Amino acid sequence: MSSFIRKSITRRTALKGFGAAAGLVAGPGFVRYSQAQSSEPIRIGFQAHRTGIGASYGRWYERTTNAAVKAVNDAGGINGRQVEVIVEDDGTDPGRGAEVVGKFATQHKVDVAFGTLFSHVVIGSAPAAGENKLPYYVVSEGHHVASTKLNRYVFQPGITDVKSQIQAVAPWIAANAGKKVTQIFPDFAFGYDHRDYLPPALKAQGADVIAQIAIPPTESSFTKYFPQIPADTDVIYHVMVGPAVLTFVKELGEFYGSNRPQLFGFIDSLEAVDINSPGLEFLDGSHFWEGSPRYAQPDDSDAQKAYRAAVGIDENGASVDDPKDVSTAAHMFGCWETLYVIKKAMEDSGYQSRDDAGKLVEATEALTEFAEGPEHPQGPKTFNGKIHQCFGIQNISKLEGGRLNVVHKTSIEDGMYEPEGDYTTQPL
Amino acid sequence: MAFGPHLLLATLEGLVTSAVLALMALGLSLVFGVMRVVNVAHGEFFMLGAVLAWAVTATLGGNPAIGFLAALVISPLIVGAVALLAEQVVLKRLNYNPEATIVATIGLLYIIQQLALTFYGPDARPVAAPFNYRISLPWFGYSGYKLSIVAASAVLLIATWFVLTRTRIGLVMRATQYDSETAQAFGIPVERVYAGVFALGAMLAAVAAVLIVPISQAHYLMGLDPLLLSFIVVIIGGLGSLRGTVVAALLIGVSDGVISVFFSPTLAKIIATLVVAMVLVFRPQGLFGTARR
Repeated sequence: MSSFIRKSITRRTALKGFGAAAGLVAGPGFVRYSQAQSSEPIRIGFQAHRTGIGASYGRWYERTTNAAVKAVNDAGGINGRQVEVIVEDDGTDPGRGAEVVGKFATQHKVDVAFGTLFSHVVIGSAPAAGENKLPYYVVSEGHHVASTKLNRYVFQPGITDVKSQIQAVAPWIAANAGKKVTQIFPDFAFGYDHRDYLPPALKAQGADVIAQIAIPPTESSFTKYFPQIPADTDVIYHVMVGPAVLTFVKELGEFYGSNRPQLFGFIDSLEAVDINSPGLEFLDGSHFWEGSPRYAQPDDSDAQKAYRAAVGIDENGASVDDPKDVSTAAHMFGCWETLYVIKKAMEDSGYQSRDDAGKLVEATEALTEFAEGPEHPQGPKTFNGKIHQCFGIQNISKLEGGRLNVVHKTSIEDGMYEPEGDYTTQPL
Repeated sequence: MAFGPHLLLATLEGLVTSAVLALMALGLSLVFGVMRVVNVAHGEFFMLGAVLAWAVTATLGGNPAIGFLAALVISPLIVGAVALLAEQVVLKRLNYNPEATIVATIGLLYIIQQLALTFYGPDARPVAAPFNYRISLPWFGYSGYKLSIVAASAVLLIATWFVLTRTRIGLVMRATQYDSETAQAFGIPVERVYAGVFALGAMLAAVAAVLIVPISQAHYLMGLDPLLLSFIVVIIGGLGSLRGTVVAALLIGVSDGVISVFFSPTLAKIIATLVVAMVLVFRPQGLFGTARR
């Protein structure tokens, strides 16, 4: 070992090392920014899943955000100031997520942090946002924000939470798919929301969850779990995420063949995956929850059409540049809508600088309703400032003829539940 | 599901895992046995094999079977070339120093992984299986392709065994493994043997990856788990022992399948790790290994 060290570290290599280190310090990440003046751009720190298991979502979250920022800036920005997005990759990792939020607050000196999807990253990053008093607007759909177990600086105003989604779709499942339900979900925070809220929601409709199968998020082979599905299952309720979702569905198809139970899935199981991939024929006729429909629907509003064009997705929900690059349409609209909520709250509070973070939090909490339109193309929403969570409509789509057609839309009221706490009582 | 079919499914799953694991671990074991190099980047050669399989099939298009067969040839060749380059540029210059090569292969791991991320991207991409045949059993269906992996792996293992024990190249490799200094004294070009073995080890990983990729997709992080399992197999089987590697791969693969199906996948990993600890304590040379001279 010692010979290796002696051999390798010469004066020259040491100098090179110092040079590289100096280069890093001088690099773009370490530039010191002068104090923001009111003519300076509003800086939004975008915590993106560029790599790791959330990368497909991250790519589309970034495209949607860029499209929304362009729309906002073209219309004059926020409070007359242009919006600038600073992207940091969190690797879909909670530890790095917290570092990224800390870096946003202390180094990039952004005005707000924004855009996180994966629930374990949100939960890992939220304390850093609270400690730095940095308003943190997530697009995660987990129930953790609304549970009021995070802190006053964390908001989810652009996408509904899992508890609400489940409550809204459970009556449809019980009435149309079957009464005996087996759940397959990822073994982490987001999956636990499904595990905890589906059984009571179904119970209320006279249906039962007869088995719950948790699968580690990094699993790459699934057949071994399928024997745990009871033979008398009417409906398999699946919600999977990560790079292996396609394998999951293919193996389920091989396991059951044509003689399968009903399937109800959260589209998360197939976000960014072409529904017409080989091996997925088996899903034909099954139903999916979609936050916003992937495929263009006959009754799409003008706002929805404009939004799809701005983000750059075609009739099939794939990139207009590459039909194989399928979007995460059911979730990414949340980035668009959240950005407009930030805009509204900043305008309401006359936001100037980070010193106004408290005012911005209070202004966000004061919001109650978002009307359907260009700023909220997914549909109308209500917002509960006490739990920092919005409520909206859900879509149930049927996979038929190689596309997803919306067959049922829930009302906002279907997804409402009693608040579990109140963030506004926490000190700012 | 009744106990019988349940056990059958568990065993089938275990055999598929074993088949891939045996090929991959054999590569790791050869490299260690002959060169005394612990190749931490072995998992990345596996990943590279899968990613290249995707690239080949996507470029060729057309019939999935033709694309797959092309990938089965082209992908290991490219991976072997990459390994050869790494051997010449890095390992050779470190004089195969055991500690230095560990650090170097860790570096190699990150370089290959990040290059894959940069040029291939963070998505998991599917490769179509050469054929889609569902074996319909009375209790459940099973992928015919998965069973063909087991057969392909067995053929490849027998071929490797044949090369090692019945050919001149194999003799030279075994001589180098037994005592490299004496081998060199007898005129064996040890450095060329090292280069060939390192490339061969990487190619075995790449072949394993091409076989598995139609059922598990290509992803830039896919090398980590198989690397860990390969180390487990190699430690249990005995470093440098072909027979030990195959037996240990069967043991780990099938027990992983059975325990995962009947209990939980996490328990299977716990038990495998525990077995490794026990082997290291009571039989450090592995079940079939011979003690270092």
